[in-house]
Amino acid sequence: MTTNEVAIRVVGVSHRFGEETDIRHVRALRDTSLDIVHGELICLIGPSGCGKSTLLNIMGGLLRPTAGRVEVFGKSVRGPMPRDIAFVFQENALFPWNTVAENVDLGMLFQGVPRAERGTRARRALEAIGLHDFADHYPGQLSGGMRQRAALARALSLETGILLMDEPFGALDEQTRMILGEDLSLLLARANKTIVFVTHSLGEATFLADRVAVFSARPGSIKQLIAVDEPHPRKPEFVTSAKFATIRNALYGLLHDEIRKTMAESAAPGPEPRA
Amino acid sequence: MRPGAKRRKGYLASRSVQAAFLIVLVALWYLATSRWHVSPILLPSPVAVLFQLWDIVSTGEFVGDLAVTLRELAAAFGIAVTGGILVGYLVSRSHYRIRVFEPLFAGIYAIPIILFLPLYVLFFGLGPASKIALGATISFFPIALNTIAGFGYVDKAFVAAARSMGASDYQLFRYVLLPAALPVILTGMRIGFTVALLSIIGSETIASLAGLGHRIVHLAEGMEMARMFAYIAFVVAIAAVLNAFVSTLEARARRAR
Repeated sequence: MTTNEVAIRVVGVSHRFGEETDIRHVRALRDTSLDIVHGELICLIGPSGCGKSTLLNIMGGLLRPTAGRVEVFGKSVRGPMPRDIAFVFQENALFPWNTVAENVDLGMLFQGVPRAERGTRARRALEAIGLHDFADHYPGQLSGGMRQRAALARALSLETGILLMDEPFGALDEQTRMILGEDLSLLLARANKTIVFVTHSLGEATFLADRVAVFSARPGSIKQLIAVDEPHPRKPEFVTSAKFATIRNALYGLLHDEIRKTMAESAAPGPEPRA
Repeated sequence: MRPGAKRRKGYLASRSVQAAFLIVLVALWYLATSRWHVSPILLPSPVAVLFQLWDIVSTGEFVGDLAVTLRELAAAFGIAVTGGILVGYLVSRSHYRIRVFEPLFAGIYAIPIILFLPLYVLFFGLGPASKIALGATISFFPIALNTIAGFGYVDKAFVAAARSMGASDYQLFRYVLLPAALPVILTGMRIGFTVALLSIIGSETIASLAGLGHRIVHLAEGMEMARMFAYIAFVVAIAAVLNAFVSTLEARARRAR
């Protein structure tokens, strides 16, 4: 498989919440196009409400765009594609009434994996993420970081080519977030997955991404794409390097104006869409 | 002290206070009848009541009335659970229907439906049918309301996660909606059971041909106060056993989901 093969192609996607005639309608996304290459990790970053999560949900088939289209591995996206795409959500998307092992098993059951295969695949995913000792714990018995590891294990067990992650570490403290980021980078180097990662954190985007897509304020579209030329797995030292600082600062410069614009606009009435 | 032992000590302490409260109550009752000259027509002696209770239990006199009341309860609760869960689920499937029916059901639930007993008796007669119909009506609302709340407010993140992994409609119901809604529905069923029991025994005391409530009023009219008190004690014991049974079932179902 060539590395330049396009995994996800986004063509002219726009999205509006509510009917155009409704005064409360919100334009979340405006004429966005993007090609995501097989095996890369791309971060979507932008001010609140710029439509980056909306774009992620459209890519994953959870939301139909008002205009434009998305292709995954050459197929047009019309709904969820559990064989090709797995999600990791911000938090609390694990079923609290099931143990970690049951959560992982259930994902594969939904996906249609035969029972005989599910056990080995679940064990492999839990071991890859260092959670095998907690397989029989309920999500409520785990820390936030552990819960997100479990959610990641559930997504990995589905063995999809694409992983869509919606601020998966957003609710975690900075230290836990850093460790999980390092683990994810290591995993990426091994698994050759295509990952789209929505985040608010400049540092997280710089540390994880092969490319960062910076969004403009609502209605969002991609303002600029920044490449981070550093091989995976990335070492903790990368964070203190000059290259890291340069890229992070460039992102900060691009984002700063957009965030100002968003804040000025948020004084105006109107419903808050999903970030 | 270990936390388990501490909790155990707290449990014992509160239980002994509860027991002491009941003992003081019975002692006051005894004193009122033996020392303070309260008429046995108003308040029979606890000793007399205990003798009557023994007589009721040992002769098996209670069996007929208990069977009538329990059959009414089972039928009423069965109808209310079936109807309440079915209607509640159907309502919960659309925001529009929730907006229409939830306040409507909550409003009806808030009025004392027992006021309609004369109407029920006119329609269904003095026998068990009117008790079943009234019990089912009263018990329907908490069950339907909790079913709406259970199914209607399932976290969207769970649904999105299941859908993204390819869950079918059946799988979504069986593995996500049902376990998410179950604790709330079970609470509704427990409340429904309690109000069904209350309304059935209550309506038996007002207009009926048989049942425990009927027996109590019948004894009151015959001025057999000691025996009436014994029946009341008997009904209290039965109600306590039934409620404990239902609570146990609820806890077990919660764990099993």
